[in-house]
Amino acid sequence: MKPIIVCAGITKTFINGEVKTTVLTDVSFKIFPGEFVAITGPSGSGKSTLMHILGVLDSPTSGQYELEDRDVSKLTDNQLAEIRSRRIGFVFQAFNLLPRVSVERNVELPLMYADMPKEERKAKAIQALRGAGIDDELHYQKRSNQLSGGQIQRVAIARALVNDPAILLADEPTGNLDQKTGQIVLDTFRKLNDSGRTIILITHDQYVAEHASRIIKLRDGQIIEDSVNKSHRFMDKEEPTRL
Amino acid sequence: MTLGDLFSETSSNLFGNKVRSGLTMLGIVIGISSVIVLVGVGQGATQKVTSNISSLGSNLITISPGSSRNAGPVSGGAGSATTLTVDDAKALKSQMTFAATIAVELTRRYQITYKGNNTNAQVVGTEAAYSTIRNVGVASGAFITDQQSQNYAKVAVIGSNIRDELFGVDTDPIGLVIKINKIQFKVIGVTATKGGSGINTSDNSIYVPINTAQRFLAGKASISSIDIQAKDKNSLSQAQQEATNILLVRHNIFDSSSADFRVQNQADLVSSLTSVTSTLTLLLGAIAGISLLVGGIGIMNMMLTTVTERTKEIGLRKAIGAKSRDISWQFLMEATLMTFIGGIIGVLLGWALAAIFTKTGLITAVVTWGSVILAFGVAALVGIVFGYYPARRAARLKPIEALKYE
Repeated sequence: MKPIIVCAGITKTFINGEVKTTVLTDVSFKIFPGEFVAITGPSGSGKSTLMHILGVLDSPTSGQYELEDRDVSKLTDNQLAEIRSRRIGFVFQAFNLLPRVSVERNVELPLMYADMPKEERKAKAIQALRGAGIDDELHYQKRSNQLSGGQIQRVAIARALVNDPAILLADEPTGNLDQKTGQIVLDTFRKLNDSGRTIILITHDQYVAEHASRIIKLRDGQIIEDSVNKSHRFMDKEEPTRL
Repeated sequence: MTLGDLFSETSSNLFGNKVRSGLTMLGIVIGISSVIVLVGVGQGATQKVTSNISSLGSNLITISPGSSRNAGPVSGGAGSATTLTVDDAKALKSQMTFAATIAVELTRRYQITYKGNNTNAQVVGTEAAYSTIRNVGVASGAFITDQQSQNYAKVAVIGSNIRDELFGVDTDPIGLVIKINKIQFKVIGVTATKGGSGINTSDNSIYVPINTAQRFLAGKASISSIDIQAKDKNSLSQAQQEATNILLVRHNIFDSSSADFRVQNQADLVSSLTSVTSTLTLLLGAIAGISLLVGGIGIMNMMLTTVTERTKEIGLRKAIGAKSRDISWQFLMEATLMTFIGGIIGVLLGWALAAIFTKTGLITAVVTWGSVILAFGVAALVGIVFGYYPARRAARLKPIEALKYE
């Protein structure tokens, strides 16, 4: 099987005036289709920066990043936008949805930027919302600032999935949630991975990381451990609780 | 991203922030409506001036005496010469080919009395053709005839204001006798009210036959002007030239620069006055244009604030696949849509204000399609120009920096 992601010797240095800060040093790994990877580490370990690079929001200072066999460093801004729109789905810790805009429309946004016709968009958005565990159509026309935190994250997951991306990237998706709603969101990821979705989860929380099947540990910008997490198999595999 | 998507994204943003969008639009509304009203006032003034002048008679050429030339270096004022006579007018009548009608004028001011009432008015000794040339209508009775002139009849047609002053507003003065300079004249007609201002309008004048005026009032053979109505607008300058040549020959003058008369045509007067009013229009338009510019800067200010405020949103949009182009179009569209809506409201408001002003009779404001299109075009341009910079700034934001923005 071909890897989806190949990182080779990725280094990222930020220059702020006179001060040079190296956030990532020589990071190399591969991720294969269908994997559920948690990238974990304490704050300042460089995990967020790594996620931004993986999501082509940022580019490495040196090293090579190949996404689905394409060398990302050689792509133009428009091509990168194209990749973000079609191949990657993001779930952020906060500010995932546009306030004042309906849930359905929020989910439709990536499709709009991918030039999908209006009629198809609606059907796909509803499908994605159901897939993320939001069944109640009453929620679809609500504005996103009328939803609870758990609902927002699940709408965000729906939006991330609506374009059927190769990878789902989540940056501390449970960081703003209480334990119970966090669990619902994590169960949603678990279920998506079971149906074959490649997921990369960034977290500082060991408990959250243990939901993944592989854990990459970072410290001071370097990988200190890359291990298979067998215990996840024994976790509760019931249907995620419906909202 | 299709145009329809762009439009719905934009409008949901504008209507999501009604107060701010409304206030920003207000700048454009005021700018556009003031352009329309002020340009309308200027154009109204132009129309009024033109119609006032043409109410004095159309295709009119006036010949007046030049300055008197006595022996010695002292020159009299223009019109002081007594060089123009009824015979000159007769010669013009028989020789001119480009003239439709010709009438002489002998104008003096006299004291007019009727019983206890008296007033001072301009008395015009003239011919029947005068009413056609000068566009003087008669409301009751009749205008003076050439027959009356030949008979030295002491009859007078009085202006409506003179009637009001001497007899009272609703009386019929026909057949009554007034005294002009202590000589009795029978009133045979009252002119139709023309309105307008100026002491020399027909409303304030009295018309008597020319021969009567010369014999009983002025007591001399010279006249104060000859009015010529050219056949049409195009023959105006030819008629002017023709009249000049005829009079030069009659007066034995070979050098036209030393002519003892002046020939003026109405078109010259109209064009010089029109240039005054169009300068006025330009000035008013420029003042209004400045407020439109200020409105445009208001839009830019709001858009820049919006871009800063929505930096995170821009980051998120880019993260989920928006291209720079999508972002810049969205912001440009917001600015343009705002000027567009403001523009439509401004045009309607300006139109309404112009109509109200005109209705109250204070000022005549004429709204033309030209000024509407101009104002709207400028507004659209303002929106695009002032929306471009903020849109560009939004589009250039790096997705990661925009997302991290606090």
